[in-house]
Amino acid sequence: MSKQKISNWGGYPVVESEIIKMNHPGTFSGKRGDTIARGLGRSYGDSSLAETIVDVTGIDRFLAFDDETGVLRCEAGVSFATILEFFVPKGWFLPVTPGTKFITVGGAIASDVHGKNHHKEVCFGNWVSEMKILLASGETVLCSPTEKSDLFYATIGGMGLTGIILEAEFALKKIETSFIKQEALPAENLDTVMRLFDESKEFTYSVAWIDCLAKGKNLGKSILFRGEHANLIDIKDTPFANTPLFYHNKGMLGVPFNFPSGSLNSLTIKLFNGFYYMMNKMKGSGITHLDPFFYPLDAIANWNRIYGKKGFLQYQFVLPLSNSRDGMREVLQAIAVEGRGSFLAVLKLFGKQESMISFPQEGYTLALDFPIMPGLLKFLTKLDEIVLKHGGRFYFTKDSRLDPDTFKKGYPRLAEFLEIKKKYDPDGVFSSRQSKRLELT
Amino acid sequence: MKNCLIIGAGSDVAKALAVEFAKEGFNLQLAGRNVEDIGKTAADLQIRYGIKVETLYLDVLKFDTHPDFFNNLNPKPEVVVAAAGLLGDQKVTERDQSATLRVINTNFTGIVSLLNEFANYFENQGSGSIIGISSVAGDRGRMKNYIYGAAKAGFTAYLSGLRQRLSRKGVEVLSVQPGFINTKMLQGVETPKPLTAEPEQVAKMIYNGFRSKKHVIYTPGYWRVIMFIVRSIPERIFVKLDL
Repeated sequence: MSKQKISNWGGYPVVESEIIKMNHPGTFSGKRGDTIARGLGRSYGDSSLAETIVDVTGIDRFLAFDDETGVLRCEAGVSFATILEFFVPKGWFLPVTPGTKFITVGGAIASDVHGKNHHKEVCFGNWVSEMKILLASGETVLCSPTEKSDLFYATIGGMGLTGIILEAEFALKKIETSFIKQEALPAENLDTVMRLFDESKEFTYSVAWIDCLAKGKNLGKSILFRGEHANLIDIKDTPFANTPLFYHNKGMLGVPFNFPSGSLNSLTIKLFNGFYYMMNKMKGSGITHLDPFFYPLDAIANWNRIYGKKGFLQYQFVLPLSNSRDGMREVLQAIAVEGRGSFLAVLKLFGKQESMISFPQEGYTLALDFPIMPGLLKFLTKLDEIVLKHGGRFYFTKDSRLDPDTFKKGYPRLAEFLEIKKKYDPDGVFSSRQSKRLELT
Repeated sequence: MKNCLIIGAGSDVAKALAVEFAKEGFNLQLAGRNVEDIGKTAADLQIRYGIKVETLYLDVLKFDTHPDFFNNLNPKPEVVVAAAGLLGDQKVTERDQSATLRVINTNFTGIVSLLNEFANYFENQGSGSIIGISSVAGDRGRMKNYIYGAAKAGFTAYLSGLRQRLSRKGVEVLSVQPGFINTKMLQGVETPKPLTAEPEQVAKMIYNGFRSKKHVIYTPGYWRVIMFIVRSIPERIFVKLDL
């Protein structure tokens, strides 16, 4: 079979791989070595890149739905976009969603994705009750919190290293409308936004956008968004009163080609962030549709191309709650001093979470992206040190450059995870370019 | 609510076509050998479109089961789609009798055995639709796949005759002549990219052809031109080509 050039959402790295389409009924049966499953390729780095890539987007059927409990069973290649398209009009929403709906259920479990409701409703994996997994041996097994629970918990956040997720069962969330009651609160600095997060703990959804170029007393200048699902009564005086569950997968405004590399210099970022801050300061609160609330960037298909052909790096870390204030300040200072602003910087307060190698832990997380430019890697190494100094850790799904030691420091239960992987994949069939780089496989 | 039966529901084109009928509110009867897989497709269509979908075991090669299969159908469908097909390996079929018969019987004999039941039933009723998915491979035999091509040529001729017989009785027969489609059937076969259609695209064309009561459609339409040219090549030149 011929090899194909492939990369994930960050556009870096690019590798040549053999891509096997996993169509129904399963055409792949283990034993290939250096193999990893891939969904819609929205992880940013090399998590789903390997010599052999098993493309699961072809297995995309709903298998069962209980309209009393909202429990949905589906194949792993079903996308969040498809779930929204068919279930929002019936009054159901995803229990947890990241900032894009163009991900698969399998990918959501492998990355154990988090969203604006982590502090209240944890990660996507928290809502999964059963999975069907194709193991390295070619055998297909069911796992759940009561059956092969080691495999179940290692697969949630396990980056595809335990096997290929074929099916999953999880609970959807009942909604009365497809609208969100949103408030946008400007914060002049880091202390203010952290206070706002504390005050917003009872809100289901909260997140802040940070202007990374603000300095001095404005360091951490941001807008905090918080929201709740709107009930029928909340929209009774709006034009949507008669279409409370309106949902439309509208055609998207695309970014048709790569911008010239370097078009996102610090001036354009400054303008963008300033504009965004002002726009939202004016917006205040109101009713908004769930699509722009959860997926503001999905409206621009291929927004990643705005960074040009060289691509960009995502950088996301979380700091323990006790060190969050000092650590964040130090990171933001380093960024502001360099003038290496990020097009997007997202701050979020995570709640408590028990997990094996899932990323979130209680404390503040910051997600940044940087266009690839000379000197960037050196700069990021400096940030790594700050993060480690404050006891933080990094997100697999967004990483394409960390060294093994830096990465492993943040994950005390890694050895336990690797034991379970070994039990279910003794010959090491499943590994990704990332797992090799980080010396996990 | 109308019913549509799809014979060979495990194929990628059949699955895509089932979606088109489901979107239009048809209830579906999905028949094939791999009932586990077809059952999943059935569940999916039920959840997405809120229609009724039945999964039925059917082996096109087991001719003697066909009358019972037809008699047990309840309700009887208004539309029947014959989507079962087997490409086979030309090199193997040239030397192995059972492989040859499997290709011929899947693409031709078995389908004819089944469709005859529906043809008579529709004729008596004075209504109904038959959609036969044949292939451009039946338009002219080529050394690369002439066993398959011959079976499809037979099927195309069958559909043509059936249409003439039934069109005066209020029954529609649609012949579909697809070119290359990106499906399981062609996995591992090198096909020219610009001439390879997606199953969803072909399914839409078939549904539209059915809606507008067409007789013969090529999917996509340019295959009509390509096959016209292929058929026009004089035999003395054709024998020397590697087409």
